[in-house]
Amino acid sequence: MSGVPAQARVVVIGAGIVGNSMAYHLAQQGWKEIVLIDKGPFPNPGGSTGHASNFIFLTDHSKEMTLFTLDSVRQYKELGVFTQSGGVEVARTAERMDELKRRMASSKAWGIDAELASPAEVKRLVPFINEKIILGGFSTPGIGTVDSLRGGTLMREKAQAMGAVTVVASTEVTAIDVENGRVRRVRTDKGDIETETVVITSGIWSPRLARMAGASIPLSPAVDQMISVGPVPLFADTVGEIKYPIIRDMDTNGYERQHGGDLEVGSYDHRPILWEPDDIPSIGQSKLSPTELPFTKEDFDESLEHALELIPDILGDPRVGIRHAINGLLSLTPDGLPLLGETPEVKGLWSVAAIWIKEAPGIARCVAEWMASGVPEIDPSGSDIARFYDHQKTRAHIRARTAEGFNKTYGIVHPREQWESNRRVRLSPFYEREKALGAVFFETAGWERPNWYASNKPLLEEYGERVMPRRYEWDARWWSPIINAEHLAMRDRVGMVDLSAFAVFDIAGSCALDYMQKMCVVQVNLPVGRVIYTSLLNTSGGIKADLTVMRLGTNHFRVVTGGADGMRDRKWFSDHLPEDGAVQITDLTSSWATIGVWGPRARDLLQSITDADVSNEGFPFGTCRFVDIGPVRALASRISYVGELGWEIYVPFEQGSRLWDAIWDAGQPHRIAPVGIGVYGTTGRLEKCYRAYGNELEQEFNLVETGLARPQVKPQDFIGKEAYLKQRAEPPAVTLCTLTIDDNTSSSGFKRFMMGREPVLSPQGKRLVDRHGRGSYVTSAGSGPSVGKTILMSFLPPEQAKAGTKLAVEYFGEQYPATVAVAGPTPLFDPQNTRVRS
Amino acid sequence: MNILVCIKRVPATAGQITLTPDGQDIDTRYLGFTISPHEECAVEEAVRMIEAHGGITTVLTLGPEAATDQLRDAMALGIERAMLLETDGREWDPVATASAIVQAIEAERAAGRSYDLVLFGNESADSAGYQVGVRVADALDLPCVTGIKAIELADGHATVRRQTESGWETAEVSLPAVLTVKEGLNLPRYPSLPGRLKAKKKEIGRIKPQWQGGGLEKIRLKLPVQAEHTVEILGTNGDAGAQLVEVFQRLRLL
Amino acid sequence: MILAFIEHVAGAPTMLSLEVLTMASRLARKMGTQLEAVAIGPKAVAAAEILSSYGVSTLHVADDQRLDDYAAAAWAHAVADLAARVNPRVIIGTASDRGGEVIAHVATRMTMPMAANCTEIVPGDPFTVTRQRWGGSLLEEAHLKGTIKLLTIAPHALAAEASPSRTQVATDTFSPALEDKDFRVRLKISLAQARVVVGGGRGVGSAEGFAALEELAGLLGGAVGCSRAVTSLGWRPHSDQVGQTGTRIAPDLYIACGISGAIQHMVGCRAAKHILAINTDPGAPIVAQADFAVIGDVQKVLAAVNAEVRRVKAGEPSRSPA
Repeated sequence: MSGVPAQARVVVIGAGIVGNSMAYHLAQQGWKEIVLIDKGPFPNPGGSTGHASNFIFLTDHSKEMTLFTLDSVRQYKELGVFTQSGGVEVARTAERMDELKRRMASSKAWGIDAELASPAEVKRLVPFINEKIILGGFSTPGIGTVDSLRGGTLMREKAQAMGAVTVVASTEVTAIDVENGRVRRVRTDKGDIETETVVITSGIWSPRLARMAGASIPLSPAVDQMISVGPVPLFADTVGEIKYPIIRDMDTNGYERQHGGDLEVGSYDHRPILWEPDDIPSIGQSKLSPTELPFTKEDFDESLEHALELIPDILGDPRVGIRHAINGLLSLTPDGLPLLGETPEVKGLWSVAAIWIKEAPGIARCVAEWMASGVPEIDPSGSDIARFYDHQKTRAHIRARTAEGFNKTYGIVHPREQWESNRRVRLSPFYEREKALGAVFFETAGWERPNWYASNKPLLEEYGERVMPRRYEWDARWWSPIINAEHLAMRDRVGMVDLSAFAVFDIAGSCALDYMQKMCVVQVNLPVGRVIYTSLLNTSGGIKADLTVMRLGTNHFRVVTGGADGMRDRKWFSDHLPEDGAVQITDLTSSWATIGVWGPRARDLLQSITDADVSNEGFPFGTCRFVDIGPVRALASRISYVGELGWEIYVPFEQGSRLWDAIWDAGQPHRIAPVGIGVYGTTGRLEKCYRAYGNELEQEFNLVETGLARPQVKPQDFIGKEAYLKQRAEPPAVTLCTLTIDDNTSSSGFKRFMMGREPVLSPQGKRLVDRHGRGSYVTSAGSGPSVGKTILMSFLPPEQAKAGTKLAVEYFGEQYPATVAVAGPTPLFDPQNTRVRS
Repeated sequence: MNILVCIKRVPATAGQITLTPDGQDIDTRYLGFTISPHEECAVEEAVRMIEAHGGITTVLTLGPEAATDQLRDAMALGIERAMLLETDGREWDPVATASAIVQAIEAERAAGRSYDLVLFGNESADSAGYQVGVRVADALDLPCVTGIKAIELADGHATVRRQTESGWETAEVSLPAVLTVKEGLNLPRYPSLPGRLKAKKKEIGRIKPQWQGGGLEKIRLKLPVQAEHTVEILGTNGDAGAQLVEVFQRLRLL
Repeated sequence: MILAFIEHVAGAPTMLSLEVLTMASRLARKMGTQLEAVAIGPKAVAAAEILSSYGVSTLHVADDQRLDDYAAAAWAHAVADLAARVNPRVIIGTASDRGGEVIAHVATRMTMPMAANCTEIVPGDPFTVTRQRWGGSLLEEAHLKGTIKLLTIAPHALAAEASPSRTQVATDTFSPALEDKDFRVRLKISLAQARVVVGGGRGVGSAEGFAALEELAGLLGGAVGCSRAVTSLGWRPHSDQVGQTGTRIAPDLYIACGISGAIQHMVGCRAAKHILAINTDPGAPIVAQADFAVIGDVQKVLAAVNAEVRRVKAGEPSRSPA
């Protein structure tokens, strides 16, 4: 019985729901010699799966997470371990009622059957609820519970029956050996296993295992308090596990679910109680299991009172006792999303961690596809573990953000909401200048970026109603009309934008040209000094990245990509470097600071501080070169993401403030405005219909659909070319369109402003679904101050993807009429692109 | 009827006990605290007695401030009053513990509250001195029965039963009396939500007894060499019938 | 002098008392003193024969008819009276229910500290004992103070070992000055049957499969319980569920049929005195935690055992295993 296989194709460490699902899905992908190992006994080795509440609510505002959940439910149903009970999220406050309407919209966007319910309707569904204290509910019939231990067992047994998996229980991994940056073997207390691939599915222990290999899995174990009360007389006759809908008491961060004869009451309301992965007790040291820690009563008392208010009939019954109470451990991450994919530190070391029961089998299928073919069906980019910068993997950051995020579990989280903890980590050289101008900073990947500047307040008077003011608090939250004023000032005169959060990589070496040809869709063999915008594809033609490339030498390219995408893109580049070292990648992000100078007066301004010829002929669009600005030698690149004449100006980091001052001073005669990311990221680009990664661009959509297909395809091979050619030959299932709202006045008289992810419907309110089953939703939304309209982007099926089509967009329970303004990439503002080329 | 239940706060230990580096205590980092199991049954029994016969129950413990958790746990189950004999966390030996409890009971008596019944656990789970109840009984000159697994009250006396190797002993004793009970006496109820919330707000009487040292002085704790738990395999499938019957007979089930 | 308190059945010392004598005689040798014993009831005189193999020089026998039935306070009174007369340095007894109770009373009467469940004794000043806590999961080294050391010896802390050389045992019968209040606790002895719960898990196979469990429970006068998986499958009502979110049980025997032994379930039956596991998987957690196990299919095992129990109850001879 003892001992482990001497070698394996892959070792999956941790046999909770995730590890069992991974073993099964890898077997489904045709993998053999899979070893599934756990330090505990089966079927419950003692991780979080063993005490999970096991209920599944379907709707999440995140599309990625919802898709994982829906796939998981499908799999659980196939296994026969899903019990449908329905579920209701209830609102005690008006603000929450609004949030439920927003959830209703997300349900429609992702195609989930749900409805809003009055207190009386909630009472009908849940007879033991005190409907007098609620304003209503959001009811989803498809919600249910799973037996996750059984589901995991069945998947494990199926994989074993396929002859693909060896299961090793009660065996502890003691080391993961890495040679030349690759996994070589797993050492255990029962022997060594030679392998080139390890999947860490160890839940709260994942950071410890990753560390054995020198990698980081940035999560923190955190306590979720849960009690089970019973016996509930009402439940005595229930056959099976659950009959009544599950309740989420959103305003008090609590939930109540029937579990047989008991009612389970859980909470995310208490203070964040974080644990260190190294402090978790062993199986022997635990009274129950390592993830079921002693209940700390005083932390839960307030939750008890809330639960008693909502369910007085059951919980107020003195015969119903608290039979079980734990501080259960679960995994929290700094941004609330799972940690999936190969770790950037070690080849062959995969993380599948920070996953809830509701999404585990779906995520496992995705990661198994990713491991086997590189191309998962559901795009996991948001959860890609490669997304983190080093500072985001520190203990300080993980603890700060997980503590802050904990109480947001059921929170009303504004799409633009900013984190409060661990700020001011990455500061551009312009930071002090910006602060002096009253910059309101938003964070991107640790960078503090001005979103707008209080110093621009006088512009509000200049532009009056053209700044499209927002009077509904939610729409105006984390927003300022100054953004739109800055936008107009830039279009009228000139603005300067801090772009130091860009990730900058140099790619050089004797084979750099061939390498870049392979990576990029567009032709990169252009004269030195040219700048291109290109997409990177995966092998099935899904969009992996979009970025700009400057050719600085025959075999020297500089890649610039978004700060939020930088680490993922760097891993994509690194993964494809030739093994012989003929191409190297260097991360220059921290070496170069960047200012964008755009607007009709940008040339006059720049000419006034440089001797270089910056005329349209001397410095045409789509080129770059070094220019001297006073004593600063900067790299200027004539491109624009806001549709104006101007340059991105790159400067060695330490000379940044000198450059800022030069531009600022020279800009005064032109009434230059400091311009925030509110313009750069939203209003400016939306008017120009420029696509953004993570909004419009993702692996689920292709270049034809997004309107980024060029007339010609280069003769050279590149990743995804074959798929891309096939996509070009077919009529697209959807086309990315630009819409405008015809009338954004709500029934209460407020003008309302969408923020993205709302469902796009027929004028009659029906979902639009393409031939692959994908529903239409708003990918980006914002004001277009220069066109005076609210601008939205959305992928629409062919019948709707025509200019002039009338549609509707649902926002907070109301449908607003919208019209397709443009089908395809033509900009709304300056459709001929004369400004950028002037 | 007035019933006093004396309980002890003890760690809820796991399979494998770990000691603090100085060997003075159990490492309780991963452990919760609970009422010692025998005393959980004592609390339950007291609540049932009051439910059946009326009266007032009081729970008492000698321990640190944190032991109020266990007093509140007892009150959540239906005990009315609570008293903490507050210590600085040091372990009191059985002589000192008994003497502090006797003083508290005498102080109660002086204040007009005398107890018909004083319940103890047969021994605490952690220090297992097997004597506090007996010492308190002798000091108060009350009759005492230990190791009880069943109690019936009637007409000013208690009929109690305890399990021995050869069967059950039944004893009768007049009240007031001291009884020390064992797990199995009853199946303790669970606290209800209203019980817990009510207990949280209740007042706890406090006395700070004088540290007395004692006659049994802990030097250090150590872990014994554990004998492996062995399971006796009686057979497979249908061939185990006779062996099972033999086990049933051994356990006096047949 | 060391005084050992001996329990006996009609003059035959109990096994635990022989263990105590073994410990006490070694201690007496170490302390360079002699060992005497005290026993209750005139029948104890017969114990002298056996005590002679344990280095006992004098057997004190408390003779009073009222002492024939167990009465802790009265027995303790007798021992304490004797101790006041013979002035021992150590009084040592068993940690049986009775021994522990009597020595505790003696300790209070003499206002001396007492150490229960000792496994080792190192005499001297300080007088050091090692004693059991947590039911033996933990040991404490402690100094026992007091001019007379009172202690009980943990069961099976050592093996009883008769000495090849025998001593001459003098018998000293004495009548303690008992009081009425020593007999405030009146005792009767009765026999009672142990209790049993037969629990079923997923391995029972179906709702109908519980019939075999019902039958066994009926035959043994017990009740049927089940795991959470079983109630979730709808095989049994929720009120039958044993475990951390179900009923907690404390039977003398818990028969776990087709239950894997997840911690959630074990929490509910931890107070069971004995566990018998019936399971197809010898590696199942329940088997590791059980006292007895049968490896095999629940239905097959129960069919055989039920038949066997029926036969035994009907007075037929038990069928020996093949």
